[in-house]
Amino acid sequence: MSNNLFDRVWDLHKVGVLHNGQDQLFIGLHLIHEVTSPQAFQMLRERNLKVLFPHRTFATVDHIVPTLSQQRPFADTLAEEMMQAIERNTNEAGIQFFGLSTDKQGIVHIIGPELGLTQPGMTIACGDSHTSTHGAFGSIAFGVGTSQIRDILASQTMALSRPNVRKIDIRGMLRKGIGAKDLALKIIAQCGVNGGIGYAYEFVGEAITSLSMEARMTLCNMSIEGGARAGYISPDETTCAYLKGRQFAPPDSEFEQAKNYWKSIASTPTSSYDDEVVVEVASLAPMITWGINPGQAIQVTDAIPKLSDFDSAERESAQRAYDHMGFEPGSPIRGKKIDKAFIGSCTNGRISDLRDAAALLKGKKVSAHVDVLVVPGSMQVKKQAEAEGLDQIFKDSGCSWREAGCSMCLAMNPDKLVERQLCASSSNRNFIGRQGAVHGRTLLMSPIMVAAAAVAGEVVDVREMM
Amino acid sequence: METSLRKKTCGKMIPLQGNDIDTDRIIPARYMTGITFDGLGEHAFHDERFDRFGKEKQHPYNDPRFKGHSILVVGKNFGCGSSREHAPQALMRSGITALVGESFADIFAGNCTSLGIPFAVLKQTDIEELAAACIKNPDCEACIDVEAQEVVCGSRRFSATLPESSRSAFISGLWDMTGVLLANKESVLTKAAELPYFNHFSKFAKVV
Repeated sequence: MSNNLFDRVWDLHKVGVLHNGQDQLFIGLHLIHEVTSPQAFQMLRERNLKVLFPHRTFATVDHIVPTLSQQRPFADTLAEEMMQAIERNTNEAGIQFFGLSTDKQGIVHIIGPELGLTQPGMTIACGDSHTSTHGAFGSIAFGVGTSQIRDILASQTMALSRPNVRKIDIRGMLRKGIGAKDLALKIIAQCGVNGGIGYAYEFVGEAITSLSMEARMTLCNMSIEGGARAGYISPDETTCAYLKGRQFAPPDSEFEQAKNYWKSIASTPTSSYDDEVVVEVASLAPMITWGINPGQAIQVTDAIPKLSDFDSAERESAQRAYDHMGFEPGSPIRGKKIDKAFIGSCTNGRISDLRDAAALLKGKKVSAHVDVLVVPGSMQVKKQAEAEGLDQIFKDSGCSWREAGCSMCLAMNPDKLVERQLCASSSNRNFIGRQGAVHGRTLLMSPIMVAAAAVAGEVVDVREMM
Repeated sequence: METSLRKKTCGKMIPLQGNDIDTDRIIPARYMTGITFDGLGEHAFHDERFDRFGKEKQHPYNDPRFKGHSILVVGKNFGCGSSREHAPQALMRSGITALVGESFADIFAGNCTSLGIPFAVLKQTDIEELAAACIKNPDCEACIDVEAQEVVCGSRRFSATLPESSRSAFISGLWDMTGVLLANKESVLTKAAELPYFNHFSKFAKVV
């Protein structure tokens, strides 16, 4: 019998075993957004079913929301129709909706933690693969499809096979200028984009416990990019301190009781796992992708790998990456001239990301040929940034300061690359076409690396600017 | 509710080369603006099939030899990326009834199961042989037998695997889980009441 956090929380939420051998798992927190939920509500209507626990589902809008002006109705009539659908669906079902008329709207994986909805020891599901973000709190959190959203709305449960658990043991401390994004890209580069299939990742090590909650969210957010549907970190004092006082967190009178539960589910040094991987990070440099999946990542100090560096299974993907990116194998990644820069997304759109980027940009100008978008992950992040004067730093340096949303991470809104633009991006996917242009090209990196590239007009090692 | 079985699915194949084919390549996000899955089929693999002027590029979906075929033959980690059910919906609506590949991303495989789209995992050399057979003779048919866990193509028989829960769903016809889950409603309510955070220390807890 395993005794890691994942298995403890799973067992606590297991309703029973189904005919097909899967477990029926109770979902403690369900988050929905405008893209993947309307079809689920429609299916409920067709079957004359109601939402079983409307108070366990929370909604917001993020993917399609324009970031330049959020004036309704939206210019895109289909996007406007999606807005109206989620307003109607949540209203009819009695689900709390953090829409544009509140001051709490934002990217679903930013507002969950921000509101204190995300808590340790919960099972959390959302129709979005980056739901793994919430694992930062020591919850089991994973993305689901629309049929499963329907199941959760109807029964607050879903059918799922228990994945294996792999301990990702981080050895060494991160050096100055190296953060959670670099760590995430390093892990994916080492384990592979499909290395996590069938696994949940538990991140452990001194470098992990010293990460802030926001940095932990960045790391867990990227678990899915390595194929792991869930990634998590055991809760500790950092977790409790982050949650205390938040709107939906346990009130002070019950906080100690909650803490007792949270501590009771944490993994310990004697916990067992199905698999273990050691990742050395003591000498890690800033990471950056050069290709068309997040595993095609190198240190900024390295050269783009040659075809002969890959085994036969990876060559097709590498060749496709050279063709799409137009990079010479063996050439340095440093010095690649960029056209666009994007700071934001559920990976790196939090206040600490903006603070770090602003600290680097203060007193500097972004390169004249680079168009820079800074998009806060939520209305609350925006408000806080403006209270600290970060917006002014961004504007003074020549960046465009926007409203909250997913923006150019996936281009389901007006923010898009055009033609073959090369974008330094703090988002999570460098897939072909991801940022809205078929020939557009994405370089994934940390927000401070994006800021540094924006100033230099090309890929640089941020440490030289710090 | 869908009740037909998916024990065995036969059809002609479409060989799609490459590993790590992600959900953005299967259905570009810009086609997901809308509140239904209608019309997704015509946009499957859009950016790989058409250039910026709408002119057809070389892609098995555009190849007259494979037109109207229903079994997609893929490589490793197919369907990685987003959890969007739009991806298997787009494939299904473009005429795909089953997939065979070297491996499938977790969420994608779960979504295929929810939609009753059988998939089977074959070893790399077998996938290569199937793809080669299909290129040599595009009209050859393959049968995915999830019950026997094998794929049959002509005189060749390949051993196939898929998660037991998916296999059971395709054999029993019970891939739509809503009814199954709701049948246990009493246990669900009991479980809710047991959870430490559900009633004791959370402001938003409220059992209906």
